[in-house]
Amino acid sequence: MHPVIRTVLQRLGLGLLTLFAVSVIIFSSLELLPGGFAEAILGQGATPETVAAFNKSLGLDRPPVTRYVEWLGGAVQGDFGKSFAGAGGWREENVRFVSDIIGPRFYNTFFLAALTALIAVPIAIALGLFAALYRNGWFDRIINSVTLTTIASPEFFVAYVLVLIAVGNKNGFAAVLPDGWGPMVKPFVSWIPDLPPLATVSKGTPFWEHVWKAILPAITLTLVIVAHMMRMTRASIISLLANPYIEMAKLKGLSPRQVIVRHALPNAWAPIATVIAFNLAYLVVGVVVVEVVFTYPGIGQLMVDSVGSRDMPVAQACALIFAATYILLNLVADIIAIVTNPRLLHPK
Amino acid sequence: MTTENVDIRSVRTRRSFMQNAWRALKSAPPSAIFGMTVIAVYVLCAIFAPLIAPYGEAEVVGKAYAPASAQNWFGLDQIGRDVFSRVLYGARNTMGIAFLTVCISFTLGGLLGIYAAVTRGILDQVLSRIVDVFMSIPVLIFALMLLAMRPFDAVENWFGLHGTFSQGVKTILNLIFILAVLDSTRVFRLARNTALSVAVQDFVEAARLRGEGLRWVVLREIVPNILPPLIAEFGLRFSFVFLTIAALSFLGVGIQPPTADWGSMVAESKTLITFGRPQPLIPAAAIALLTVAVNFVVDWFLHKTSGLRDDK
Amino acid sequence: MTEFEYKLELAKRAVTKGKLSRRDFTKFALAGGLTLTSANTLFIKAARAEAKQGGHFRAGLGHGNTTDTFDPATYAHGLNFGWGRSLVGAPLTRTDQKNNVVPYLAESFEPSDGAKKWVFKIRKGVTFHNGKTVTSDDVVGTINYHNGPDSKSAGKAYLGGVVSVKADGPDTVVFELKGADADFPYAFAQYQFPILSITDGKPDLTGLGAGPYVLDGFEPGVRAHFKRNPNAFAPGNFDEVTQLTILDAAARTNAYLAGEVDYIDKVDLKTIDMLKSAPDTAIYDVSGMQHYTAPMLTDTAPFDNPELRKALKWAINRQELVDKVLFGYGKPGNDSPLAPSLKFATSPDPVHTYDPEKAKSILAKAGLSGLKLDISAADAAFAGSVDAALLMAEHAKAAGIEINVVREPNDGYWDNVWIKKPWCHCYWGGRPTADTMLSVSLSEGAAWNDTHWKNARFNEILPIARGETDDAKRAALYAEAQQLVHDDGGQMVLMFANYVGAMSTKLGHGDFNSDNDFDGGYMYDRWWFV
Repeated sequence: MHPVIRTVLQRLGLGLLTLFAVSVIIFSSLELLPGGFAEAILGQGATPETVAAFNKSLGLDRPPVTRYVEWLGGAVQGDFGKSFAGAGGWREENVRFVSDIIGPRFYNTFFLAALTALIAVPIAIALGLFAALYRNGWFDRIINSVTLTTIASPEFFVAYVLVLIAVGNKNGFAAVLPDGWGPMVKPFVSWIPDLPPLATVSKGTPFWEHVWKAILPAITLTLVIVAHMMRMTRASIISLLANPYIEMAKLKGLSPRQVIVRHALPNAWAPIATVIAFNLAYLVVGVVVVEVVFTYPGIGQLMVDSVGSRDMPVAQACALIFAATYILLNLVADIIAIVTNPRLLHPK
Repeated sequence: MTTENVDIRSVRTRRSFMQNAWRALKSAPPSAIFGMTVIAVYVLCAIFAPLIAPYGEAEVVGKAYAPASAQNWFGLDQIGRDVFSRVLYGARNTMGIAFLTVCISFTLGGLLGIYAAVTRGILDQVLSRIVDVFMSIPVLIFALMLLAMRPFDAVENWFGLHGTFSQGVKTILNLIFILAVLDSTRVFRLARNTALSVAVQDFVEAARLRGEGLRWVVLREIVPNILPPLIAEFGLRFSFVFLTIAALSFLGVGIQPPTADWGSMVAESKTLITFGRPQPLIPAAAIALLTVAVNFVVDWFLHKTSGLRDDK
Repeated sequence: MTEFEYKLELAKRAVTKGKLSRRDFTKFALAGGLTLTSANTLFIKAARAEAKQGGHFRAGLGHGNTTDTFDPATYAHGLNFGWGRSLVGAPLTRTDQKNNVVPYLAESFEPSDGAKKWVFKIRKGVTFHNGKTVTSDDVVGTINYHNGPDSKSAGKAYLGGVVSVKADGPDTVVFELKGADADFPYAFAQYQFPILSITDGKPDLTGLGAGPYVLDGFEPGVRAHFKRNPNAFAPGNFDEVTQLTILDAAARTNAYLAGEVDYIDKVDLKTIDMLKSAPDTAIYDVSGMQHYTAPMLTDTAPFDNPELRKALKWAINRQELVDKVLFGYGKPGNDSPLAPSLKFATSPDPVHTYDPEKAKSILAKAGLSGLKLDISAADAAFAGSVDAALLMAEHAKAAGIEINVVREPNDGYWDNVWIKKPWCHCYWGGRPTADTMLSVSLSEGAAWNDTHWKNARFNEILPIARGETDDAKRAALYAEAQQLVHDDGGQMVLMFANYVGAMSTKLGHGDFNSDNDFDGGYMYDRWWFV
């Protein structure tokens, strides 16, 4: 068997094990957390009597191991069960299947991740190449400082500042700036279109409207991840510049640009791919804060919600999606790393 | 003969560590000098916060959101505390927490990572799988769940320290404990992977064939070679800890008030950003400046240790 | 008619036609020497003159969760108030702007047997959204759903006194009560009690009701969309209503400023002055019944000492809490949970103001010194709870009491902290009557008695007052009850918080209900676009 295929199969097997472990962790965490679904739903209105009735109707009065095994039995057959919300009710039509809840959210999350990747990855690689080309020059320094500053600010801060610009522009800055500032700032921002600060999309939202509504979140995320990818691109290319074959290319009389694009870049793909995979995973699993700020119905918010309300089937499904995304993207990055480093192909 | 040898040695005396450091400092680029100056100022502020700050950390001195004045340089916050004093105390708390967290996570993750890479046995497999599992659960969500469980309380009970710490200190220790454990998985991976790529190199194999012990190989061959990326990561992780705390504060958990930390200070006044008010900008700028400074220093350090003699 | 009066008349007409904004009208009226309140009242009257139909009302609300369903047993938050009271649901009764109970789906209700028996007549010919006629069986089934033995309804608390509920013909329902209750019809105005369609003994929990709007799309935790119900017995004014869940206060404000919603609730009070100056914006500011408390467990040391409780009540500067936590949008409490706007509410003497010296002397007399107390706070209790606790700690210092603020996680606050920790923060949304408010949170054995307060005289008065039909006698009884709570109770009522939101001046409305936010939950069918 080809070593790469063997590695892939091995990794997928391990991935399944990881998924299993994740589900155990999430389940036991939810069990260990104080309070249960009934208390979370009823809030202040929870009396011991109503909580008991709630738990009974959901089957939560049974031992945790039984419930976990039951859930697992369904999950391995692809049935993630029903959300606690609406389950145990009096009628079938109230039942909410986890797949129905997750589906649209999953789509939204991937939509935003893809949109961000489309913007961020080309920008990051281009900036990284230029920074490597003009390293230690003014371009390099400026780009470095700007990207570092965006990465160094809390995500929600970046997001709110963008919203300030978008909303403020619409209202002519009358509402949002201290007295006297509006006219001063206006000429610098008047070209910015009125982007919607509310990214609430739903199932029926047409494609382009979805893009339009997701633009501000996508820009925010771009600002957050570009620095990392750009710096890695720059660093990987510069670290190759000391190699003999680069010296050779230089001695041949190639221009710095040709050296970098033709000789350095092809060899730098592995670390760049790794960091891109890492950031794509982040775009799927790590954007809760941005979802909250823009009210974007993604899967992160769903998971936080369902953990908060101890809605185990939904929380489990979310966690498994996150884990699977992470595992798959890492697998891709690892394969690239293995293929480009023969030493790792044949470990002792 | 002997005298001659002595003479040659005395001419080629190695420079002391301090001398080396001084030479390196003198040749540092402006960005690194800027970075180091900023860090030094921050550290001084952090250490001497109680002496510099005009008011107490939790002292209510006037009306809510009083504007900046000669007494209160940055104005007052939502319940009338002096923002300047809180930024100073924030330096102490934020940097202290971040530093402790990163130290723990590097000790834990770094040691295990190197050990796993060198032995490459069953332990490596087990640790790597555990780390995989931890890493495949989103940090923020995991931290939210763990914070609600207060794992440090259990640690406290094991060691029979019950009642030693005040509630406020305990929440901070919980936070440090959780962030350090979650962070150490990232450090483990980096340490293991870099150590692994060094361990398969010829000179390590040569040393092993020579019959050198594990300890020797690790200390003399592997650690010096993986130190630069680890130190760079240390700088980045250090700044990421504030950002994580800020995000946790945004989601409603985080540091116990009235303890001032920059992340919570931004989160507390987030609604004012929409109106272009300066209150949230001060702590946000403090975080950004420190991160940029740390990264400047890290860049310079990486550049120096990478051995790359750039032609520019 | 003076010249000003003449101009005022013209201005009022312009308002009625929607040609003059509230701000311009108020400016004009103030210039003419009217007070702000009377200018407001005039504007409302003029604007109300003509409720118009049409438009799409979009409300940005800081409530909602992915676990929301249209099961009224689980109704608990701001989206639900509307669902139960004025969107899809039609309850038997409603509360009006003066907090009286009035018939709604019921045509009338009559007490008999000294208020131990209540007869509700149901409006004839009312249909559910699916065309089915509302009958007494639906009413009985709905009540049983909430009051059944394995009910998980939070509304059950209101029905404790019901012994039996029976249909008497297709449009009459008879309730028998354990003890007399003069306020019984108020229970059915609560948002948990929209009448549900019952088939085969099971209620329909899909959002089907007899209310003024029909559910037209629901994504839990994201949005709910409704269309006008043309067959409603009391139709709403809007063609369409959308409720958007926007949990983040800043995001809500942004959505409002960008014109994506017409109304937002729970405005962050820090930003209210800036929001006020936004174009075409009115502040929705209603002094309601919600109050923030600091309950002490009266059976747990050291709070079992009534002198300590008394001292603490003098050691807190409530006015500063109102100024800093509510930014002035509220009133300091006086340790009676009854909002001043509630019938039978009094302000017991002496009014608890900030007097650290008095607190000190009470403590000295009781032989207490060097007190160190923990108070648990979390923003889940109420917005600004942690800040309020920190301020309380500062205040109590002057009285020689050291308070240590413990910030609890928001998650699980109501299970792990409230009624568990000896001293914490809590909020009450308020109850429609003096009786429900007092009995739900202070009577012995009540599930939500969050102070474990057991006062013999108080528990004796409550049922007597409940059954009393003579208002004067009732008032005296409730005054005594409030005095007892004020003097001895463990429930420190810190402040009454206003409901504060922001709304476009394009929205027309009448006087507001004070028994809940969102105009009592009735804004969807009461408001209109001018």
